[in-house]
Amino acid sequence: MMDGLRRPQSMVLLGGTSELGLAIARRYLAMGPLRVVLAGRPSRLLEEAAADLAAAGAQVEIVPFDAAEPATHEAALGACFAGGDVDLAVVAFGLLPDQDTALRDPALAVRTASVNYTGAVSAGVLLAREMTVQGHGVIVVLSSVAGERPRPANFLYGSAKAGLTAFTRGLAGHLGGTGVRVLLVRAGFVHTRMTAGLSVPPLATTPDAVAEAVVDAVWRGSGDVWVPRAARPVALLLRLLPHAVLRRLP
Amino acid sequence: MTLLTGWGRMEPTRSTVLSGDDERLADAVRGAGPRGVLARGSGRSYGDAAGNSGGVVLDMTARHRILSFDRAAGLIRVEAGLTLDALLRAVVPAGWCPPVLPGTAHVTVGGAIAADVHGKNHADAGSFGDHVTSVDLLTADGTAHTLTHRDALLRATMGGMGLTGVVLRADLRLRPLDTAWVTLVHRRVDGLRGLLDGLSAVAPGWHAVARLDPSAGRGVLSLSAPARLREVPTVHRAEPLRYLAPRPLPCPPLPLAGLARPRLVGAANRLLGLGRRTVREVRPLPVAMFPLDRITGWNRVYGRSGLLQYQFVVPASAEAELAEALRMVAGAPVGVPLLVLKRLGRAGPGLLSFPMDGWTLAADFPAHPALAPLLARLDALVAAAGGRVYLAKDAGTDPRHLPAMYPGLTEFRRLRGHWDPAGVFRSDLARRLSL
Repeated sequence: MMDGLRRPQSMVLLGGTSELGLAIARRYLAMGPLRVVLAGRPSRLLEEAAADLAAAGAQVEIVPFDAAEPATHEAALGACFAGGDVDLAVVAFGLLPDQDTALRDPALAVRTASVNYTGAVSAGVLLAREMTVQGHGVIVVLSSVAGERPRPANFLYGSAKAGLTAFTRGLAGHLGGTGVRVLLVRAGFVHTRMTAGLSVPPLATTPDAVAEAVVDAVWRGSGDVWVPRAARPVALLLRLLPHAVLRRLP
Repeated sequence: MTLLTGWGRMEPTRSTVLSGDDERLADAVRGAGPRGVLARGSGRSYGDAAGNSGGVVLDMTARHRILSFDRAAGLIRVEAGLTLDALLRAVVPAGWCPPVLPGTAHVTVGGAIAADVHGKNHADAGSFGDHVTSVDLLTADGTAHTLTHRDALLRATMGGMGLTGVVLRADLRLRPLDTAWVTLVHRRVDGLRGLLDGLSAVAPGWHAVARLDPSAGRGVLSLSAPARLREVPTVHRAEPLRYLAPRPLPCPPLPLAGLARPRLVGAANRLLGLGRRTVREVRPLPVAMFPLDRITGWNRVYGRSGLLQYQFVVPASAEAELAEALRMVAGAPVGVPLLVLKRLGRAGPGLLSFPMDGWTLAADFPAHPALAPLLARLDALVAAAGGRVYLAKDAGTDPRHLPAMYPGLTEFRRLRGHWDPAGVFRSDLARRLSL
């Protein structure tokens, strides 16, 4: 159960190696005891993430989960909830391939869409169902500013995130009155493994800054948060840009 | 499907709310799903004690009849949903009063039993459960049992936070009362030593409480006792037992509620600015005993995020730990508008009763995550001192400390396992603290 300080006692991280998700877990762990379920594809990275959290005092479980295989999600999510109530779930998985490569490889393009959108829809629907039964819980969905007005250089990833943002807002409305809350996180460029080697745009941020913003938004009970905050007016501006101008953006 | 929260306005959870007669409640218990059933009274516990997310919550407040009242012996049989306010209005004019009154009259009798509440006269009168002679309890098999102090299940039910069953009815023993007025003596005291001495040296029959100003290292000791007839204001002397409850002032709605905070806190701490060293006054009983009831919904003044009250007790010998806890609280990152110290007398009748022979401190904080390190340090200090936190107030205790704080927990769990093997009675508090 969330306590009076809105600290979760248990959290599920879908995308168990996500640096943003792990930063959120570490932040809550610093505030009190925490049980963490890391759901992800089995890998050494996942084992290391579990070991790190355990060393920091968390009670950690690993559940095999592949965002790209929605047919397996029901069983995987069932395993995530088998250990008791889940107070906070973070949908943190994502895939950001090089767009030019993906445009030459339709399979990779489809995989980008299915991980970032279809997989998240499947996980979101299942999380909503499980949490509605328990009558409480917070679903944190890590979307992206890239979904606000996809630019030419990242429209593939951006289009999936645009769908995810729309889905998440709809899900939040649908869950009104169920005791389950949804937090939509729109992050700008975050320094992680996923973005390593990319050119750094303005307003870049860190996993820790995202985690801090998420913990604060969960506390305040808000439904969406932008990281950094300035990403919001920038996104608004992007939305207003005439197409002719947008085309010339990188 | 209803969203419910506690008095401290923590994150609401959804449950199915039912109410009705014994048969209807028994049906709900027998048909309980995996998320279980829980009785709820006025919802005045601060945390999640009266919530049962995803399960069934039995709203008991419509069951508020007085079933019998022996005016000669001072014995009364009531339904569990009766509030103390309604009880007082019925028995005070007849010259009787419950021996134990908590800080608000809006709790139900069932809730007062489930939390085994105490008053400002605990050393003298014990806790609420000490004056309950029998309880009708609806247990997990859907049958009602009449329990007396000979039954171990009653010891688990008093202070058991509703986890043993549904209190349907109770028999209470009342104390005679000459007037519905209270004589209060407030004395400004500098230093913790003086306050502790003042709280220790209370004459039998007197209530005692100290409000502290943690920054200034001083406080006000308030002693109170039922007024004698000659102390009652002349205009009321013809009818000294009339119950004069003031009409409560409404708290402004949420966006504006914060505006009432200085007024509320000011009213509660009015005496901290006491110019003279001693003030004596005679007040109607409800005014004297329930100062915060004068503003309905006063919990709203802490805004959307709510308030967190941390109340603990440490053994009487642990004065050093008490002083240390006070220093910690005074250094809280969010400020402490209300700080109340009392002396408790002896262990309560229940396995999970809060009271023990010692000092109890209650601190109201505006809830904020920045309190996490402070609460962790307080929990550790209280547990190490052999003390405990009050479950009816709790919204943030580290569950790992519970077995040390409540040695009766093992026996409580055994009895619960015996009477409710399937775990029909559940609450969010029990989930959070693994009770």
